[in-house]
Amino acid sequence: MITVDGVSKRYGGFTAVDDVSFVAQQGRVTGFLGPNGAGKSTTMRIMVGLTPASRGGVTIGGHRYVDLPNPGLHVGVLLDASAQHAGRTGREVLTLGATTMGLPRRRVDEMLELVSLSPAEAKRRVKNYSLGMRQRLGIAHALLGDPKILILDEPANGLDPAGIHWMRGLLKSYAQQGGTVLLSSHLLHEVERIADELILIGHGRIVAQGTKQELLQTRGAYVRAVEQERLLDALTREGIVATPSGEGLRSDAEAVQIGKVAATEGITLVELRPAEGAGLEELFLQLTADTQRDDALTGTGGPGGPGGHAGVATPDETKTQGASA
Amino acid sequence: MSATATTATPGAGTLTVDRSERIPLARLVRVELRKLTDTRSGKWLLIAIAVITTLIIGALFLTAKQSDRTFSNFMGATATPQGFLLPVMGILLVTSEWSQRTALVTFTLMPVRGRVLAAKVVAALIAGLLAIALAMAIAALATVAGGADHAWAHIGLDDVGKFTILQLSGILQGLAFGLLFLNSAAAIVTYFVLPTAFSIVANLWSALDKVKEWVDLSTSQQPLFNGSSMSGEQWAQLATGTLIWVVLPFAVGLVRVLRAEVK
Repeated sequence: MITVDGVSKRYGGFTAVDDVSFVAQQGRVTGFLGPNGAGKSTTMRIMVGLTPASRGGVTIGGHRYVDLPNPGLHVGVLLDASAQHAGRTGREVLTLGATTMGLPRRRVDEMLELVSLSPAEAKRRVKNYSLGMRQRLGIAHALLGDPKILILDEPANGLDPAGIHWMRGLLKSYAQQGGTVLLSSHLLHEVERIADELILIGHGRIVAQGTKQELLQTRGAYVRAVEQERLLDALTREGIVATPSGEGLRSDAEAVQIGKVAATEGITLVELRPAEGAGLEELFLQLTADTQRDDALTGTGGPGGPGGHAGVATPDETKTQGASA
Repeated sequence: MSATATTATPGAGTLTVDRSERIPLARLVRVELRKLTDTRSGKWLLIAIAVITTLIIGALFLTAKQSDRTFSNFMGATATPQGFLLPVMGILLVTSEWSQRTALVTFTLMPVRGRVLAAKVVAALIAGLLAIALAMAIAALATVAGGADHAWAHIGLDDVGKFTILQLSGILQGLAFGLLFLNSAAAIVTYFVLPTAFSIVANLWSALDKVKEWVDLSTSQQPLFNGSSMSGEQWAQLATGTLIWVVLPFAVGLVRVLRAEVK
């Protein structure tokens, strides 16, 4: 279990991580999702003591990381697969890790086999590795000490579809056996497939967190009517916010409410259904767009910004969990 | 997911670490020694030290008069090339962790950074002692082969000790500059240029010239290899020179690394 409690990190006037709290549970895969530069990697470095936090703290299985006597045996960490000496062979990278942790040499062979790096590939120097091979090597390194907790920053980066499929299976079974997995990604669909829990971060702040089911299921409905304008007016009169979406309207209100309004007004509905789980995607796209448009100066950049996207899960609507309460 | 449920059942999700022992320093030293040799550049640097040491003794053997083929002359000849290359080894042992970004992994496996640095110091000193031992072995062979009269004169345990102090302090200075700059090029250039530039300034500026035995390391190290026995004042001068050029940069570099953000 990883407990992140009120962690902030400031660089001069720029807040990279802003009061982030969450818990990565045992037996679950927790996805840490956010656009590039959202503060994911900084938060992960803070977890393992590479970056000092300005405020707050992290405990891993109840301990500060720095207090773990031989951390590699408890926590498998992959922060950057490219952070390896280009002149070392893949086998040598693992051998250094195994020696540091005090593991037998056969563990190196087991891990090479697990991540499907052939003996010939293991003899090559890391500079000749593709990103996918580096990623496999990094995952092998993280698993060397048979840890109970995994912290992986963008582990799917550079893996081919077969590799991603393999990793998904690996991490799922790892969690099923009682392991704790925290992995970050900037790709929603990637995380959606693996994670049980999702933590969405943007501009250093958590904007949504909860189980995948909670987050992907949006309250609200999509409606399309022959008399679109009249429906919008009628809904507005009833105090129901709706915004144009595609050929129809999207609203936070339940389908049954919208149906009642339409029936009272005698509006012909062509389509009325619960909104698809696009809320998270919209929020995510909004975060990504913000990041691309604005400088860091925008600061918090949480949801509820200009536009007030309907159907988007805001932190208030989403069940905020655990330490963030 | 329910955080409250988990915190309500103590023990769940808590790591038991009582049974795992802290990584012993000796193991970290072994890892650092391995890092000195497991890349091409590292391996070639060590090979270069061995080859150049052999060559310089061989060259002296061939060019010197028979009476000059003494152990102390052969050892003295190895001082310069080893004095150049051993500090570079020390610098690279530190800076390659940054240039290759392996510090990310190293400090994740051993988050108490001071222990990693202690292991690097010990590993670099062991490598230095091995290089000196090699120099002594080859010098001894050359001395025996040379057959000069009084070939073993002017060499006692104290002379070997001084030679060792000289080379090891160079390695420590290299480590210190590595820690200070965390960049191979900057550390190597500064290591070689700054003390020389300081010596030149000290020679030109009379105010500094008067105290240069105390503040200029190369001046205060002179007595270590000119064969004379050292006075208490000379030892004190060696201490202050070392303090300024080795201990001080090491301390500043140490603080830098302990506090640095590792990316």
